[in-house]
Amino acid sequence: MPTSQRHKLMMSLLGWVVAFLVFFPILWMFLTSFKTELDAVSGTPNIFFEPTLENYAAVQERADYFRFAMNSIIISFGSTILALVFAIPAAYAMAFFPSKRTRGTLLWMLSTKMLPPVGVLVPVYLIFRDLQLLDSHLGLVIVFALMNLPIIVWMLFTFFKEVPKDILEAGRMDGASPRQELRFILIPLSVPGIASTGLLSVILAWNEAFWSLNLTTVAAAPLTAFIASFSSPEGLFWAKLSAASTMAIAPILIFGWLSQKQLVRGLTFGAVK
Amino acid sequence: MATLTLRNIKKVYGDVEVIQDLSLDIEDREFVVLVGPSGCGKSTLLRMIAGLEEISGGDLSIDDERVNELPPDRRGLAMVFQSYALYPHMTVADNMAFALRLAGVSREERMAKVGEAAKILHLEPLLDRKPRALSGGQRQRVAIGRAIVREPRVFLFDEPLSNLDAALRVQMRIEIARLHNSLDATMIYVTHDQVEAMTMADKIVVMNAGHIEQVGSPLDLYHHPESLFVAGFIGSPKMNFIEAKIASVGGDGTKVALSDGTKVAVPVSGGGMSSGDAVTLGVRPEDLTAVANDQATGGDLAGRVVVAERLGGETFLYTEVLDGQTLNLKGPGAMTYRVNDAIRLRIDGATCHLFRDDGKALPRLARNPMADLDAEPVAPGAAG
Repeated sequence: MPTSQRHKLMMSLLGWVVAFLVFFPILWMFLTSFKTELDAVSGTPNIFFEPTLENYAAVQERADYFRFAMNSIIISFGSTILALVFAIPAAYAMAFFPSKRTRGTLLWMLSTKMLPPVGVLVPVYLIFRDLQLLDSHLGLVIVFALMNLPIIVWMLFTFFKEVPKDILEAGRMDGASPRQELRFILIPLSVPGIASTGLLSVILAWNEAFWSLNLTTVAAAPLTAFIASFSSPEGLFWAKLSAASTMAIAPILIFGWLSQKQLVRGLTFGAVK
Repeated sequence: MATLTLRNIKKVYGDVEVIQDLSLDIEDREFVVLVGPSGCGKSTLLRMIAGLEEISGGDLSIDDERVNELPPDRRGLAMVFQSYALYPHMTVADNMAFALRLAGVSREERMAKVGEAAKILHLEPLLDRKPRALSGGQRQRVAIGRAIVREPRVFLFDEPLSNLDAALRVQMRIEIARLHNSLDATMIYVTHDQVEAMTMADKIVVMNAGHIEQVGSPLDLYHHPESLFVAGFIGSPKMNFIEAKIASVGGDGTKVALSDGTKVAVPVSGGGMSSGDAVTLGVRPEDLTAVANDQATGGDLAGRVVVAERLGGETFLYTEVLDGQTLNLKGPGAMTYRVNDAIRLRIDGATCHLFRDDGKALPRLARNPMADLDAEPVAPGAAG
């Protein structure tokens, strides 16, 4: 076999191994969700077992999955839209009208991500209590939007940087106001970038557990709270926990699968040009 | 109708003054070319006129109205960018109609105006295409069409042809010149290409390091450069410069001596100069002639051919004379000199220029008749 072909084979083999390793926990969780509790905790891992749906039935019986799922959808999409509304003008200003402090501002925004969220839990909790935002959709939408804002601004900033300045200047010569520039030129040109940024924001918000566990109880609790409720003081129920987790990640997994082309294109945008 | 007046215009970036105290008048329907090496501030000046760049000081007026603070679209200008800057997600028709759409013009009227411009520029079959499906020349025509549709008072061109290949550049150059005649519009055109400047301009503004070196008609600049910089910039190949010393100053001209003692009489006024002062003698490559050995006189420079470039119709010879100085010569295509051949160059003093050591030219005693050719008024209807 020629070396180049062998090289190719090794690379794809390596790729498959890495992909399998990454995916393995999800696969294992998926399998466990169809086991009986006894099989699930057995010391010898087995992949051959009698599949059962009893865990799913039990989970649905204990908690209304669809209510939690609906909350997750509202909160993650709501927070993404809110964040984009602020991030697009911000990234536009920083990409096309940079000042001496633009770089510093961008880095400072990112640095806020380094703060452990628990450090501001008490003040945020107290503010939310006073504003009656605890356990409300709006409350989580605001928190998630703020949480993701730095990343969204950064991503949009890099996408906008790719748009030639001349095109926006031509728009200005044609009489476009800043808002019209955004609406008619920049946003249509950046749809792929905005879409992948939005997608990432939805996924991050969907998976967020810290704030949703601490700021919600029942009414606005998303799927992360739903999962957590199965690691209960009554004991560990691996199979039920797995079933709950599988149900929790299923929507975002399908959503991500459908839009993976967009996502990959967005994340590598500008890398090759 | 549009006249432009620039009074003491300044542009400052931080501590750097990129344009210093610049004043310029642009007449109605004039085709003005701003030319200069890269970084001389010509594009910045155009962008300040356009309103894309803030004016740090001075007054910019269009038709006697100060427009310093007006946004670009309210100045009644249209600009054609070097990169075309078409909207990639819109069709050719939408690109051209965008300004009208923003201005709230009705759809029928928009389409009528786009159709008119498309006809002038032969773009009709392309109106439904997206810019990426067009060639470079077609894109440039759309960019010009987008400017025409707005019926601006002044057209601004920022190096519009530099992304095109040589053949297309010549063709577009002619098209823009024709457009200028048929639209009767004031146009300001920025380029670093002196051929574009010479062929298209009514008035050339030569810029250098943020200030104006000279303003004049193409042939005025060619025959009467006021400085070493303009002399070197206008004309291709570049003017030859030879170190010399004043030999004598008289009423009918100034005589200089080259380093080998050769004397050249130049018809310029030597006011203020005295014998022995260092000057630079400027000779255009087309004013140098190669003479055969048997016709040689004492006034010829002996040298050797270093490089010969044959273009078919003409020949450029790069020669070495006077201990290593390079002189370029432009001659007919039939020149048979080869590399390393000995050559004798004759300098015709009547066509030479003299520059003082501060770079200023000594004024010529008489104006070259060609320099005032373009100043003759053109009879209406004669052009286009």
